[in-house]
Amino acid sequence: MSIPIIPVELIRIIVALGAVGAFVGLNGLVLVYVERKVAGHCQRRPGPFEVGPHGLLTPLADALKLVGKQLFMPTGADPWLFWLAPIVSFLPVLLLFLPIPFSPVLTGMEVHLGILFILAFSGINVLALCLAGWGSNNKWALLGAGRAVAQSVAYEIPLLLSLLAVIFMVGSLNLSEIVRSQGSWPWQWHICTQPLAFLIYFTCAVAEVNRNPFDLPEAESELTAGFHTEYSGMAFGLFFLAEYMNMIIVCSIATVVFLGGWQGPFFSGALWFFAKMYALLFIIIWFRWTYPRVRFNQLLNINWKWLLPLGLANLLVTAFLMKIF
Amino acid sequence: MATPDILNRTKGEIAPPIVRLKLADEILDVCRAMSLWPMTFGLACCAIEMMATGMARFDLARFGAEVFRPSPRQSDVMIVAGTVTKKMAPAIIRLYEQMPAPKWVIAFGNCAISGGPFKFKGQYGIVEGVDHIIPVDVYVPGCPPRPEGLLEGLFQLQKKITGRRWWPMPPQGKSA
Repeated sequence: MSIPIIPVELIRIIVALGAVGAFVGLNGLVLVYVERKVAGHCQRRPGPFEVGPHGLLTPLADALKLVGKQLFMPTGADPWLFWLAPIVSFLPVLLLFLPIPFSPVLTGMEVHLGILFILAFSGINVLALCLAGWGSNNKWALLGAGRAVAQSVAYEIPLLLSLLAVIFMVGSLNLSEIVRSQGSWPWQWHICTQPLAFLIYFTCAVAEVNRNPFDLPEAESELTAGFHTEYSGMAFGLFFLAEYMNMIIVCSIATVVFLGGWQGPFFSGALWFFAKMYALLFIIIWFRWTYPRVRFNQLLNINWKWLLPLGLANLLVTAFLMKIF
Repeated sequence: MATPDILNRTKGEIAPPIVRLKLADEILDVCRAMSLWPMTFGLACCAIEMMATGMARFDLARFGAEVFRPSPRQSDVMIVAGTVTKKMAPAIIRLYEQMPAPKWVIAFGNCAISGGPFKFKGQYGIVEGVDHIIPVDVYVPGCPPRPEGLLEGLFQLQKKITGRRWWPMPPQGKSA
């Protein structure tokens, strides 16, 4: 009787998924705390302060409260779509963390088409928002979902174009390869060779994760709460968590592609990766408490009249220069 | 009536839970008390004081209660800040019923408590106290109450949920 051999790669993936799950849970709490603290300090108030030391336990209380809240489905809603949407929104997130190289060793799975993998699976989130809006039987949710789809579809194109410029230069879709093609000093990173691509990418990334100033799908002054108007308790919590995790994903890609990944001056390792990633996250949160929300026509104008032509021109110039040199 | 009256089906009694886990219940209650998300709405001038409570000088956020949710589905506490007109009453009842349990109500200001200055003989437009239409947990008197009043109301609500007072009392004999 032969012992069935468990492939090493399978164990690695299971361990990686477990680690990603822990990372997601921890970072959900951390980001909620950081968001509220940054909000507070931007408005000259301390933010959460009394629950635990410096309010550190506030996000934990929020999470447990959301778990203990009544789950509710409105009359006339589509039960399948309604309950499927938060799960569909959250599950791809676990997958998206797999190919991200936090350090040479700390990579869940070496995927040769890593960046394509992430971009492909991150598209599922839009579907989830669409399902949530459609399944809720609520006009604001539907309007929010419509906005989310229009926005995500539009902003995905310049996002891809900006990443494509770097991929042209590196000649690989593997995220680790892209990191290795950059040096340890900031002037050796792709942000210096491709500054325009970085700006386009970051703008699109903020729009892609529905953050201010592009948070139209959940604009509370017009749409109550957008696509998650009808969700209570942990169903809402999952949307919330997915949004934060998508923020981490886009910041991780920016770190890998433009900011040299795990490499940095004096030493290289996961510490540099996390420092850069959290700096970008902080900037996105900072945006939220600084900029007013754009109008929908402005949102689409920024994309189709500026980011898309600029991205195309950038790609053309990059291709041209690559051919010459 | 064609539809069953779900509100009166249990004759006002709440059935005890099948399994009672005391420790878990207590932890959950503390968590609920420490993250009371209010609903974003104000009815009259008291709402200005409620907004002031969220701002820099008083900062409701310190106690984890600054997350004003736009949707009733995600909020825990309804701060009825202002005069409840008879025209607004159905909307308030609907919003209250849209909130998922557990939910609490703070009647903020004299108008929400009793009709305040609008209560007089022969008035026809005001609900004389929001507790005529929805159950109220904490009353915060004042016309309008100061932001400290709302903070104290929040503490009283936390006391009601968890059974103990969490924050020190202000020093007696001095105006805050």
